Order: sequence, then structure tokens, then C-alpha cells
Amino acid sequence: MEKMSRVTTALSGSALTGRTMHCHLDAPANAISVCRDAAQVVVAGRSIFKIYAIEEEQFVEKLNLRVGRKPSLNLSCADVVWHQMDENLLATAATNGVVVTWNLGRPSRNKQDQLFTEHKRTVNKVCFHPTEAHVLLSGSQDGFMKCFDLRRKDSVSTFSGQSESVRDVQFSIRDYFTFASTFENGNVQLWDIRRPDRCERMFTAHNGPVFCCDWHPEDRGWLATGGRDKMVKVWDMTTHRAKEMHCVQTIASVARVKWRPECRHHLATCSMMVDHNIYVWDVRRPFVPAAMFEEHRDVTTGIAWRHPHDPSFLLSGSKDSTLCQHLFRDASQPVERANPEGLCYGLFGDLAFAAKESLVAAESGRKPYAGDRRHTIFFKRKLDPAEPFSGLASSALSVFETEPGSGSMSWFVDTAERYALAGRPLAELCDHNAKVARELGRNQVAQTWTMLRIIYCSPGLVPSANLNHSVGKGSSCGLPLMNSFNLKDMGPGLGSETRLDRSKGDARSDTALLDSSATLITNEDNEETEGSDVPADYLLGDVEGEEDELYPLDSEHVHPEEPEYVLPQEAFPLRHEIVDTPSGPEHLQDKADSPHVSGSEADAASLAPVDSSFSLLSVSHALYDSRLPPDFFSVLVRDMLRFYAEQGDVQMAVSVLIVLGERVRKDIDEQTQEHWYTSYIDLLQRFCLWNVSNEVVKLSTSRAVSCLNQASTTLHVNCSHCKRPMSSRGWVCDRCHRCASMCAVCHHVVKGLFVWCQGCSHGGHLQHIMKWLEGSSHCPAGCGHLCEYS
Amino acid sequence: MRLATAANEAYAASLAVSEVLGCNQCGGGRGRVEELGIRVPRPLGHGPSRFIPEKEILQVGSEDAQMHTLFADSFAALGRLDNITLVMVFHPQYLESFLKTQHYLLQMDGPLPLHYRHYIGIMAAARHRCSYLVNLHVNDFLHVGGDPKWLNGLENAPQKLQNLGELNKVLAHRPWLITKEHIEGLLKAEEHSWSLAELVHAVVLLTHYHSLASFTFGCGISPEIHCDGGHTFRPPSVSNYCICDITNGNHGVDEMQVNSAGNISTSDSFFEVEALMEKMKQLQECRDEEEASQEEMASRFEIEKRESMFVFSSDDDEVTPARDVSRHFEDTSYGYKDFSRHGMHVPTFRVQDYCWEDHGYSLVNRLYPDVGQLIDEKFHIAYNLTYNTMAMHKDVDTSMLRRAIWNYIHCMFGIRYDDYDYGEINQLLDRSFKVYIKTVVCTPEKVTKRMYDSFWRQFKHSEKVHVNLLLIEARMQAELLYALRAITRYMT
Repeated sequence: MEKMSRVTTALSGSALTGRTMHCHLDAPANAISVCRDAAQVVVAGRSIFKIYAIEEEQFVEKLNLRVGRKPSLNLSCADVVWHQMDENLLATAATNGVVVTWNLGRPSRNKQDQLFTEHKRTVNKVCFHPTEAHVLLSGSQDGFMKCFDLRRKDSVSTFSGQSESVRDVQFSIRDYFTFASTFENGNVQLWDIRRPDRCERMFTAHNGPVFCCDWHPEDRGWLATGGRDKMVKVWDMTTHRAKEMHCVQTIASVARVKWRPECRHHLATCSMMVDHNIYVWDVRRPFVPAAMFEEHRDVTTGIAWRHPHDPSFLLSGSKDSTLCQHLFRDASQPVERANPEGLCYGLFGDLAFAAKESLVAAESGRKPYAGDRRHTIFFKRKLDPAEPFSGLASSALSVFETEPGSGSMSWFVDTAERYALAGRPLAELCDHNAKVARELGRNQVAQTWTMLRIIYCSPGLVPSANLNHSVGKGSSCGLPLMNSFNLKDMGPGLGSETRLDRSKGDARSDTALLDSSATLITNEDNEETEGSDVPADYLLGDVEGEEDELYPLDSEHVHPEEPEYVLPQEAFPLRHEIVDTPSGPEHLQDKADSPHVSGSEADAASLAPVDSSFSLLSVSHALYDSRLPPDFFSVLVRDMLRFYAEQGDVQMAVSVLIVLGERVRKDIDEQTQEHWYTSYIDLLQRFCLWNVSNEVVKLSTSRAVSCLNQASTTLHVNCSHCKRPMSSRGWVCDRCHRCASMCAVCHHVVKGLFVWCQGCSHGGHLQHIMKWLEGSSHCPAGCGHLCEYS
Repeated sequence: MRLATAANEAYAASLAVSEVLGCNQCGGGRGRVEELGIRVPRPLGHGPSRFIPEKEILQVGSEDAQMHTLFADSFAALGRLDNITLVMVFHPQYLESFLKTQHYLLQMDGPLPLHYRHYIGIMAAARHRCSYLVNLHVNDFLHVGGDPKWLNGLENAPQKLQNLGELNKVLAHRPWLITKEHIEGLLKAEEHSWSLAELVHAVVLLTHYHSLASFTFGCGISPEIHCDGGHTFRPPSVSNYCICDITNGNHGVDEMQVNSAGNISTSDSFFEVEALMEKMKQLQECRDEEEASQEEMASRFEIEKRESMFVFSSDDDEVTPARDVSRHFEDTSYGYKDFSRHGMHVPTFRVQDYCWEDHGYSLVNRLYPDVGQLIDEKFHIAYNLTYNTMAMHKDVDTSMLRRAIWNYIHCMFGIRYDDYDYGEINQLLDRSFKVYIKTVVCTPEKVTKRMYDSFWRQFKHSEKVHVNLLLIEARMQAELLYALRAITRYMT
């Protein structure tokens, strides 16, 4: 903030210099106004009314207009304005409804000139005529606007807005006779000063009060209005009907709006609630402010450009009792902070990517950056034609489409639909899910389920038929059995990483043939992988492939990675313990039940259950039997869930989480769980799996997630007769005064579940129809149709 | 049309039930039911209000289309047609907005769970010992699945709600004492803390129920038949003399009392209206010539503020609540205390610095979308509602009177309008009226039928209900302003 930059601008002879600075006032300011020579500023508020000289380094108090011993309400200013023709003339609007003019040329200490007490309520705004020396306009809470001639003691004419309070009045800069007024009910009126009987034109500009308006200093017909509905609108008033040219959406109600001098499309706004910053907007770019001044600590109440031809100095007064001069050069520019890249996934794995054009152009020559590191997809670049803000930012939009088929997510949908998550004993759930996964060719997942079952369910319950079945399935997959043997061949601890690299490399070269740069990238990947440890791998996987690539349907490429992860390293020390464990007959018995890792092992185990070290799984199982509590594995399971989630298979993580319930929940922190849940629900909804997503929401224990079911529970329905939305009640239409759905059995209105026959479109209460169709096969409406209920 | 009446049928049926339980039991049907050993409850009160004779209140069935829709809506939303609705229907335009807002607050999307909302309603109503509202919401609370244990007292409710107790207390009785520390205490209570959105929802609910309690007492709403105190199982007296004749007819003892009282004061009160109209006219005319000095204006506000402290009725008949509502709040001794009497000086709240339209609305709408709009509409309707009548006079501009009432209430809460001459209040509101206003707004549980009867004797009941609407809305706005200002200060 304290950048001491200094700006000098030459303006029609005089030069403005200064820096960003502020000074403390004694009391909150309500309004400020600048003198014509741009060297002085007046600050007015409930208990302050002072003139400050703007010097190069600081503000200097020049004059306190609040004189007299007793504070008077006449001095409690809601607004102040400095005449743009006469340097000695000021006018204030008091909260008690008095309009006061001040003559700085008076020799006495009290500069008060005239007092107009015609308004009955607070005067919100005063405004001098831009060219006429003696004409003053006021707008008040009582709904009247009054025009005063300063040479006379009372008002010349009174304009009645025929509505509640007037919030702002502004003389048009170009049209001598015209002024605009804005109202609390959202209207804007245009008046001719000579015709007090009725307004020239009226239109509704905002929803709720219009707090302010400002005529464009150059463009004859442009009027900017700001309202409580958080919008700034620019109207073209030259046409027959006021036309909305631009609309800027701000984040809080707009209290003041001022066009920036010399910049045709810029305007400054401030808010009266919540938001303390001053924004300068380019109206053509309504989403990001061009500049932002963040000096104030409380709401800004008054803003003014220092000189009508200098766009770089902005003055502001605030409720935090400071007066500030802002230099445009020192403003923070949100555009620069905004992330210029955008990335979005389509439902079928398409990817759209927008970035600064310079960035995209540079990429072709040198190393590709993150976004382009993808395989299995084609590049298709569409450059946005003719960006309107060529000066500010120009971006390129690229759309990457997945090769048809390669990114199919049907496994996801199938899995989501067929998984059982609750309602049965844990063992059955695990078995069922394992079966589902296996049938979809996802053997790693299937094995995980089986293992979970082993860990958490007592082994005695395993039905042998099931076992055989699983064994058979496992071997019939035709997967290279080398996996499990590989593991044995390699040294423990070392194995997983090297294996991983190789398998990754394999997968890469297979799938990425289409990409010319594939080989290069693969090499790069491998280097990285080798240098880093496991988490880095996950990260890499995330950036590159996400689900598309890591889980294609052809499981061959993926599968080689699996055993390493199923057998995390923590498990290895166990093996040695087991060797020492004396094995009794029951031990052997158990082992026969345990072989779930692969078919070959299973066979081996059942035939010759002697070697206790050859299969990790059987070992750990045995351990469990010798009273290792399931808690012992919770770390393992947690890591497994993390692994799946980070691989992008959040489905697995959430499903396991739900199925295991209390058993693992405590090991994973709330936030992570919530994150998984929301991602999975989001995915499900993208695939229109509403039922599944609802079930997940229902089964989730995270408070934030189960809340999802309570928000927007409103169901909007249309009337079956007039096809219009039924707004007030769901079963009777306000327009055609008919009830939307009648039960064919009881002839009452159906207010809840309505079931109908797709053949004859008759229907009714679910219970009634069910009952009816038990006894008769004909439609209860008597139409003769043979309805079916299933 | 047959189709459209579904909802209506239902509520008509419910009325039929109450009729059966009411007067019809005097007929033949009664014996049969009682032979079965069923205890048949009978309404204790007569009509929805203890203050307003039943025949003055719109009879269900004779309403016009607009009111009919309102009743149907109300029934559809709440599953009942409560006495408040039946009294408010004097002003259907307001009632519509009121029901819409209440429905939104209690049943539509919002940050608080449903049972919390009802519980907060109970807390707020209990502050004023309003057993009527407490009973209604206890039922609703249980209906939406609230834990019955909470009803044994605030100390059985979650810590989060207990924390709200302090705000409830201050807001109900001395809203000017609310500081940003109160807000901070609620928002930063670790696992029991409130979010800003929840807090705004809670504050709106609290203020809504505080002022609704005012209305309940101000119009003497009778308990609902299904609630405590609304019915009796005492069999009708055995003599030929049937209680129902008296209670339902309203032409018995009550009427006579009113008449006898009325006869004496008719001439008196006739002048009352005339005098009031005369004063309004005077004020309108001489406003321009007689210009009070600044100091005088300021002192007039202070005088009015101070005086409002001393208007208190002398009668102290405590209404003992039928259900023990006091267990829903702590610190029963904490009541309305006048700010100037207490040593500490509280600066006057200037509406020009923080008003509902500019500031309050924006804040509420930001944190609890759509509610700002609904409340804003309700305030507007209440403030601008007029039929241009005063007692027997037609075509009267009552804006001055309405503004005086509104500003008088805000004045009692220390809220000042710079552009208002508080001398007008003294001219327009006489003492008995001020006593009534003060009692309804500050200590509603002390309102008596005598107070209700003794102000504006010539005015119609509908006009007195209108006054009540102004009172409750002005009160709600005053409380909201203090609470929202504290929240704003906390945020900046």
C-alpha cells in the first residue's frame, strides 16, 4: 500500500501531483465533494464538516465549518456538494430535512448562507446545476424533489415522485433542463426542470431501492445506476425506451457510482454494507473489477474523482473516519491475481482447457507443461475469435477429446449400481462386492474386498462353496500368474517400487502410441518415479491419467500393478514373526480357507499347506487367528483407502468406508471422508445415478454430507392440464383450478407418491393401485385397459 | 371447483370437529359420546380473542375469496387454522405477507434444522411467558422430531442453544445493550459455535416470536382448544343453564358490561376521536409556520424517551401461565429496564446511520437469502397499511398517526429519527394509548382487557388490531436493527 509512487499529470495548464495517502478525521464521513480547482475537498458527516486542502504529501485541514457551541441537527449532513462553477459555494443536505448553503466568501466565522426547511423528511441528496450558478436541486425521503434558486428564499418548484423516498438526483451534464432521480421502489425518473407537473419518463431500473445514479461526462445519454440488488446498470437514455447497455454484478449493494474521467467505459463504485472496498469497473467486463482500492476498514460512504479530466486520482471518505486519496497506479488489480487458466472435465472424459494465449503459443517450442501431458487423447484446439478485451487478456480455449472407447466409464456405472453397501452382514456385503468387481474384470478391487472380509469377519463363517468359486474365478481370468511369483523373487521392500515403474512404463507405451511425444514423456516419467517415493507416484498418476487411463476396461495394463499395493510394505515384517510362530493343526486348517490372493496360491495352499512363508495373505490370516484384533489392520486399511482415493477411484474408497462403517471411520479424519463423499456423490450425479447417490448420502455419517439431503427438498411440478408450474401447492393448479392428479381408486387428490399405468395413463395412490391390482387386472378407471403392476 | 376444495374441505372438517366439541354437545349427540366414557374437551374461551367479541371476528365460512385462499394456505402450511390467523384476517393483505414469512422461516430452506427453529420459537415466546405460542410450538417441535427432553428446560438443550439464551434475553428486554461481544461469543464457541447464517436465522426467529408474543397478548388471543388452558373436561353444568349460551353468545354478561361502560363514555370518546382529528389537522397546517429550534427538537426526543419510561399501568394482575413456561428460560428476573434509569448511558441509535432499508436488509439478505425480501415486504405493508378511515370517519389521511405510533415505539427503544418532531407524539397519543403501547411492546404479559378497552374507545376492533400490527412490526424492526448492527460491527 505504501508505494510512494508519485504521479504528475499535466492538465490544461495546471498539474496535479500527489501520492496515495490518507488522513484521520474525527468522525465518520457521510459524503465528500471536491472543489473545482481539485485542490480542496470537503468532508461531511453527522458530526464533521471540514474542508481539507490536498497537498502533495498530505491532507491539511483548512476550515471547520461546524461552528457554534451547540451541535445542531442542521449540521448533521447526509450529503454535501461543492459548486463546480463557484469555488465559494457549497450545499449540504441535513438528516432532519434542511438544505443549507454555505458561502466561503463570508467574512465571519460562520459561513452558513441560506437555510431551506421545506422538506419534511431527511434530504438524501443535493445537486448543483452544472452550468447555472444559482440552481440547486434536492431529493428527500418524503418523496419530493425541490429546485431552489439561491437568490430567493424558498423553492422555485417542487417535483413529486409519487412514490416513497428519493435516493438520488443528478442534473444531466449535457441537457440543460434535464435531471434524473432515483427512488426507493426501484424506479428512475427523468424530469424537465421547467415542468414540475409530471416526469418526462419513468422506468424500473432495479429490484429494490436505487441508491445512486451518475450521468456519463461525455456520452450524452448514458446514465449509470446502482441499487440494493447489487447491480450497476448503464442505460442509454437517448432512445425512446431506456435501454440497458451494460450490467455489472457486484458483491454488495451499491451506494455510490461515479464515472471515471477520460475513460469512457470505467466507473467507480462503493458499497454501503459489508464490503469496504472501492472498485473501478470496466462496464464491458462485468465480472472482474479493473481496479480495487482496499484502504478502508469500514464501509466507504463517499467517492469523488479529484479532477474532472484526470483519471488517476480518486478521493474517498469512509465510516472508519479516514479520508483517502487513491492513486490509480497503486490500485490492486484483481485481474492479475485471477487464475488465467481454466480446466474442466466433461462427462465422458473430454477436457476443456483455457489459458493465456501467450502461454499456449510458447508451449509448442519448448517443454510441454502440465496440461498437455496426456495420452490416449487427441488435441483439438479452437481459438476464440476476436476477444473483445484484446488489451486485457486474450486466451485460447483448447478442447481435448478422448478417443472413443478408451475413456469409457461403464465399469463405474455398473459398479455403482450393483454394489451392495448396507443391509446385510459384512461378510456377505464383501463377497457380493468382490463378485461384482470380478465380473467387471477389476480383479484388484475384487481381491481387496475379499481381503477386507478376511480381516474383519471371522473365517469360520466362510462358506466353502463361495471360496471355491472365488478361486475358480481368480484363475480363470487368464492373468499372468507371474505377478505373485514376481513378488517372491524380489527382495522385500524393494519390490514394489521397481515393479511399479516397469509396469507403468509398459502401460504407457501400449496406450500412448497415438501420441507423438509419448516416448519422450514416458522416459521423463520414469526418471521422476525412480527418484521419488511412493506418494510422488500417486501425484504423478493424478496429474496424468486420472480414471481414464488408470482404469481402462482392458485390465491387462493395469493389473500388473496390483499386488504391490495390496501387500503394502508394513506387512513384510509380519512374515518373519510368523515363521517363529508355532503352527498347530488348526493353523493348517485355517490356511486352507485363506487363499484369496490368486488361484495358483490357492491351489498350492490346499494341496500342500506347509510352507507358511510363501503367501503373505495366508500368513496374516493366521496371525489374525492367533488373536490379532482387526484394529491391528486399521492402519493398513486406511492406507489402502487413501491409495484408492488418490488413484482417482474414490468409488472404492467410499464404498469400503460405508461397508466397514465404524470399523475404520475413526482412523480417517472427518475432512478427508467428507471430501471423498462429496467427490463420489458428484461423480454419481454426473452419471445421473440419482438413486445410488442418494443412498450414499443416506448412508454417510458425515454431517455435512447427510445435510445434502435436507437442502432444496422442494420439488417443482407442472400442472398436467395447462403445463404451467404449480407454485403454491403441488396438487392443485392455481390457474385452471384443477387438481393435478386424482387417484382412480379413491377419487381423491394424490398428494404424495403417484403411480400410473404407462399404457392407459390412469393411476393413483401407490397403496390403492397395488391393492386394486391384486384383485383385478383391469384398470381401476374403467377404461378397459389391462394394467400391469410390477 | 370440486377439485380445488380438497384443502378447504380438510380445514372445514377440522372446524366441524371443534364445533362438535363446542356447542353441538349441548344437543343430542353429546350423551352418546359421554356414555362411551370419552372425556370430551370443551373450549374455555369464546372465540379466538378474549378482548374482541366473537361476533366481531370474521366467521369462518363467510370469508371472501381472497381470505378463503389465505385460510386454505395457512391450513395447508400449518395443518391448523390458529386463533392468530383468525384475528389477523381483519387485515388480509398483511396476513398474507405474515404467513408467507412465517412459513419460510419455519419450513423452507434455511441454515437451521427444523426442530431448532421451533425450539428457538419456544425460547423466544417463553421469554414473555406466552404460553399460547409455547404450547403451539411444543407440539410442532415434537412433530418434527425434536427431543422431548429439551422441553424440560433450556439446560437440557444442546450447549449451542443454551448459548443463545443470553442473546434471547437481552434482545427481548433490552436490545440496546447488544454488543458485538455478544455476537462474538456465539460465533466463537468452538464446537458449539454458530455460523453467521445460522445466527441471522436465529435472530430473525427470535425477533419474530418476541413480537408475535406481543400480538398474542395485545389482542388477547385465546388458547387453542387442543392446548393447555384451551379446554376443560368439566362437564357442562347440570342445571338447565348451559355455559355455552353465555360463552358463545356474547350477548350475555359481557355485552352488558360493555354497554354500561360504553354508555357513560360514548360522548366522551366521541370527542376523543374528534379531538384527535383536529390535532392532526392542526399539525398538518401549522407545521410550516411554527419552527421549533434544534435544541427543542432534540430535547423533545429526550423528553419523550424519558416519559415513555414512566407510562406504566398501575394494575399488576399477573397472568399466571397455564403451562410452566418459565423452565424454558433462565433468569426470570431479567425484564424490561429503561435505559436512562440505569447508570450507564447508552447513546441514541440514529436511524440515519443504520436503517433497515439500506443496511439491515442487505445484511439479512446476504446471510439468509430471500428472508430480507420477505421481511422488507412485511414491514412495508404494516407501515403503509391504511383504509383511510378513523372510527366513523372516512377519507382520513392517517399517515401522521401511523408514523407517530411507529416512531413512538422506536423511541422507547432509543431509536431516533432526525427528521421527526417528537412533539407530535405528545399531541397525537394520549396517556391510556401510550400505556397500552408500552405494555404490549415491553411487557406484553401484563396486558389486560381493561387496557385494551380503555384506549381509543370509539375505534373499531379492526383498527385496534391494526395498531397491534404496527406495534409488533415496529418492535421487530427495532430489535432487528440492534442485533444486525452488532453483527455488522462484529464483521467490520
